Amino acid sequence: MNNKGVDKSKRQFLTSALTVVGAVGSGYLAVPFLAQMQPSVKAMAAGAPVEVDISKMEVGQLIRVAWRGKPVWVLNRTPEVLATLKTLDSELRDPLSNESEQPASSKNLGRSLKPEIFVAVGLCTHLGCSPTFRPEVAPIDLGEKWKGGFFCPCHGSWFDLAGRVYSGVPAPTNLEIPPYRYVNDTRIIIGEASEEKAA
Amino acid sequence: MKPTRLTECGNWVLERFPVTKFWNDHMAHYYAPKNFNFWYFFGSLALLVLVNQIITGILLTMNYKPDAKLAFDSVEYIMRDVPWGWLVRYMHSTGASAFFIVIYLHMFRALIYGSFKHPRELIWIFGMLLFVALMAEAFMGYLLPWGQMSFWGAQVIISLFSAIPVIGDDLSLWIRGDYVIADATLNRFFAFHVIAVPLVLVMLVFMHLVALHEVGSNNPDGIEIKASKDPWGHPVDGIPFHPYYTVKDLVGVGVFLLFFATVIFYMPEMGGYFLEHANFIPADPMKTPEHIAPVWYFTPFYSILRAIPDKFAGVIAMGGSIVVLFLMPWLDRCPVKSIRYRGGIFKKALFLFVISFLALGYLGTQPVTPLATTMARLFTTIYFGFFLLMPIYTRWEKTKPLPKRLTRTHSLEEQLHALEEQLPALIEEITELKAVDTEIGHLAFKSTFFSRRPNPQGMAHVISRLVKKLKGSLD
Repeated sequence: MNNKGVDKSKRQFLTSALTVVGAVGSGYLAVPFLAQMQPSVKAMAAGAPVEVDISKMEVGQLIRVAWRGKPVWVLNRTPEVLATLKTLDSELRDPLSNESEQPASSKNLGRSLKPEIFVAVGLCTHLGCSPTFRPEVAPIDLGEKWKGGFFCPCHGSWFDLAGRVYSGVPAPTNLEIPPYRYVNDTRIIIGEASEEKAA
Repeated sequence: MKPTRLTECGNWVLERFPVTKFWNDHMAHYYAPKNFNFWYFFGSLALLVLVNQIITGILLTMNYKPDAKLAFDSVEYIMRDVPWGWLVRYMHSTGASAFFIVIYLHMFRALIYGSFKHPRELIWIFGMLLFVALMAEAFMGYLLPWGQMSFWGAQVIISLFSAIPVIGDDLSLWIRGDYVIADATLNRFFAFHVIAVPLVLVMLVFMHLVALHEVGSNNPDGIEIKASKDPWGHPVDGIPFHPYYTVKDLVGVGVFLLFFATVIFYMPEMGGYFLEHANFIPADPMKTPEHIAPVWYFTPFYSILRAIPDKFAGVIAMGGSIVVLFLMPWLDRCPVKSIRYRGGIFKKALFLFVISFLALGYLGTQPVTPLATTMARLFTTIYFGFFLLMPIYTRWEKTKPLPKRLTRTHSLEEQLHALEEQLPALIEEITELKAVDTEIGHLAFKSTFFSRRPNPQGMAHVISRLVKKLKGSLD
């Protein structure tokens, strides 16, 4: 055997070429492997709108409905609550909802289409627990400063009754408002934006 | 002597598969330091628990159904209708907690005896990877019963990923496979919990042991036994792992199983710490339990997450609290390994760290209150201070001279003997002899009675001596 006359550059080229082709091939194979963990077509199609009848809601009452597997709250706010909302700005992180998620039609003081009826996705913007509804003012466990709102038991975030987050708590933004619209005065549809009137 | 059929068969195998060589290299001729103490039980116990988890896990998959509609009921079915199903399930759920107890003690051993230091950095890195894989395994396993805690715990932890800027939301969507925790999530967690992560765990255990057997075990004195060898090349302070440590570990296994069985049979839920009460309610995506807390072994890290009033910073701090452990071999600048010869400043820092770790663990099980948050912030600071200030304070350490050879620790029997010898002198010191003014005037009793009374001065002497000794051992 004679090793002297071997042209190693060709071997080197073949090795490099094979490595590159192999890496590209693995990359292509990785796409379906990773992408198969994305939500399936069925999961994506499951987000159908939900219709809610609000005619029987009492003042101050909160109901929960499931939309896309998430809890959505519908709250009939009392006039006192609406009055309180106006006084809280200084304690809130994002009182005007500039950094929060909501349809343009709900970007107002009460974060709703009609002032009394408040609709929100009931998941804390921190780590996704469902906050508890605590409408009472200054309960013992939450202290004097509590003006009524939603309290997240997981990490102690505070929201007012317009879903606006207090400052100094872990949650970064206000509660998400889903797209919704009124079919008539007593029925709303969650999951359809109010701009695009019935198609 | 003519070889028998059996030895011929044996030789046939050995010529093709070197079982004996493997056994000798890693057991019968593997020399381990002769001074292993209590802290050295936990490596082999971790292996035992891993085997327990694999066997009971396989048995559980035979009746468990990874389907959001069926999962909760199938676990109850295992508990009620499958013969011995309750035992298998409790062995698995108690095993999970036992795994973390054993691993935390194993890691603590590495901290006090400097087992993470040169030349064992890779053993420590593999060990930390094992710890992370174990946490992933435990977290995904906890979703499978599909109870309230399973659901909301997973919701919180997966939401952690959404805090990462730019890719966060897509990443958590990809992990869940749905817009919320749903059937798809349960199914894939089952796959990870049963196939993917266990394979990784077993592979890492293999690498951990290969790396360990390459450089050899550390020991409570923290000096290398390979430095002094006998004429045959064996470390003079080493003894073969088998039979010496196999037998020693068997005693550890016996004691461990005593505790393990007690929990399984008498307190499988461990007052809501091993199996949380809210997890006996089926998962309800509409309602979070009043008080959610992770299982106890995650609570120190969970406390750190809660202590930071900013979503992304909290996630970073929680991740950082684990990442910083990986860096231990490079953070600690002290050349001395064992705490026996290290300076007082390290002992005090380690003491504070252990206190803060336990306190964070406790706070993580409690609801959020302003006081608890303040405490959690304080202990989080100490936790990170221990690691991040380590390069500074370990330089100042006044270490003690290292012995050339392993030192002998006194056995319990010897210690008892020594105590027995000291006892009369001690009693003499803390009491004083007093003549009793006997009230009995009868002639028959007319002799002098003495009785011993406590002597406050002597007691104070003894106590101050003890305190000095305690302080001395901390320096």
